[in-house]
Amino acid sequence: MTTKVILYFPSDATDKAVTYDLVKRYDLRINILRAEIEAGRSGSLLVELTGEEPMVREGIAYLEGCGVTVSPVASKIAYDRERCIDCGNCALACFPQALTIGAPDWKLHFDPERCIACKLCLKSCPLGLFHIEFTEA
Amino acid sequence: MKKSYEEINEKIRNGKAVVLTAEEVSELARTLSPKEIVRRVDVVTTGTFGAMCSSGAFLNFGHAEPPIRMERIELNGVPVSGGLAAVDTYVGATDCNPARPNYGGAHVIEELVAGHAIELEAWGKGTDDYPRRHIRSRITLADINEAVLYNPRNCYQNYNAATNSSGRTLHTYMGTLLPKLRNVSYSTSGELSPLLNDPTCRTIGMGTSIFLCGARGYVSWNGTQFNTEKPVNDYGIPIGGARTIAAIGDLREMTTDYLRAAYYEKYGVSLFVGVGVPIPILDEDLARDVSIRNEQITTNVLDFGDGEQPVCQTDYAALRSGTIEVRGQRVHTAPVASLAKAREIAARLKGWIERGEFLLTEPVRPMPEHSEIRGLKASDE
Repeated sequence: MTTKVILYFPSDATDKAVTYDLVKRYDLRINILRAEIEAGRSGSLLVELTGEEPMVREGIAYLEGCGVTVSPVASKIAYDRERCIDCGNCALACFPQALTIGAPDWKLHFDPERCIACKLCLKSCPLGLFHIEFTEA
Repeated sequence: MKKSYEEINEKIRNGKAVVLTAEEVSELARTLSPKEIVRRVDVVTTGTFGAMCSSGAFLNFGHAEPPIRMERIELNGVPVSGGLAAVDTYVGATDCNPARPNYGGAHVIEELVAGHAIELEAWGKGTDDYPRRHIRSRITLADINEAVLYNPRNCYQNYNAATNSSGRTLHTYMGTLLPKLRNVSYSTSGELSPLLNDPTCRTIGMGTSIFLCGARGYVSWNGTQFNTEKPVNDYGIPIGGARTIAAIGDLREMTTDYLRAAYYEKYGVSLFVGVGVPIPILDEDLARDVSIRNEQITTNVLDFGDGEQPVCQTDYAALRSGTIEVRGQRVHTAPVASLAKAREIAARLKGWIERGEFLLTEPVRPMPEHSEIRGLKASDE
């Protein structure tokens, strides 16, 4: 299975080589999609973990044991559908094409599975309707 | 067969007018000739909903006691024109306080339309007849005198698409343009766009009744930068921005469904304006004009990463397909103006006319037959 998660590392987090352990002990393939680190403070990583389902579960439990917060990515991105005018500006910027607009209805569609939390939608929405908690780590 | 405005209005009054949207008539034209379309269709409605920076509103606040000659005015902290006497102002959509670049005149206008109270603060030097030098007040649309949307340039007839060949992401009014030709943005509603359905503005001029931000508005003049001299394609469609309209309407009758403030990263504030223009099908030429289809509407793709040089031409069917080819590369396309809203506008206007609530008006002054735009020379070059 493949799962996309955001890992928050608080400033006092483990000094263990967690990525090494994930590969070595749990046989997980780690694809880092985005990294944000504030020097000397906290950091967050958007990663895709691929491996056997029990191994992925155990790997996540191991991370949590090390003081890392693990959040599924889909719940972290949202936009105000009520106020959206379907202009397409976010879909223009969204290169992974998680946000798309097209025939027949020309309304905005969001596929969280494709989102890599690049945050371009936050800047590109002229109405400022996007929220992502990834930046608040 | 020819029809007059009066004949069409008579049918509208009797609830017998046949009204189609510009998309519906384009579909019908695949099987019907212009001759048959004039016989069957009376009015075609169009629509567009896009950011139109050259927009704004005239407001009159009423006089305080003692009165003030407002010379510097701020609305929710946004500096607006103090150049009108004495309690009039013009809130330009792009007005803003540089300290807060993402909130501007367009937001003030949207808040007023939404019924919110806004903070007015004004200063004057104090004169013998207007002794007050400073005032603060909270106002709503219900409190003030006139509130009129007046947009000097709306509804560009056609608009260039945009891409970016440079190595960095550009934040523009045509959206976020990714580096190295990775996306193309486009702005008009294509075959539904008002001025593409009457390319020489035969029926659109001063006095034409239109849908403006949910209210009945009017074309008040030709829009600024009105250009009749753009090259046209085989279907008579100007390639790139050409004609425009100036539009006016009562802000109090408008709704935020069709009037929305916008902020573009690193560019500034703008206003999404919803416009729908009804086109009377007076004769076969107009029937042919409104039958235009997306694949027949050509536009240039400009490279915003290289001084807006044209890189290729394309058409709206291609742009709407989701990818076009630019310099041998497949490039992702997306709109930056709402087709979903444009369709709503054309459908609403159609409903108004079908129910006999909206009659057509013949222009009292036609648009200029010949008008080209001039550039501006800087004096220190």
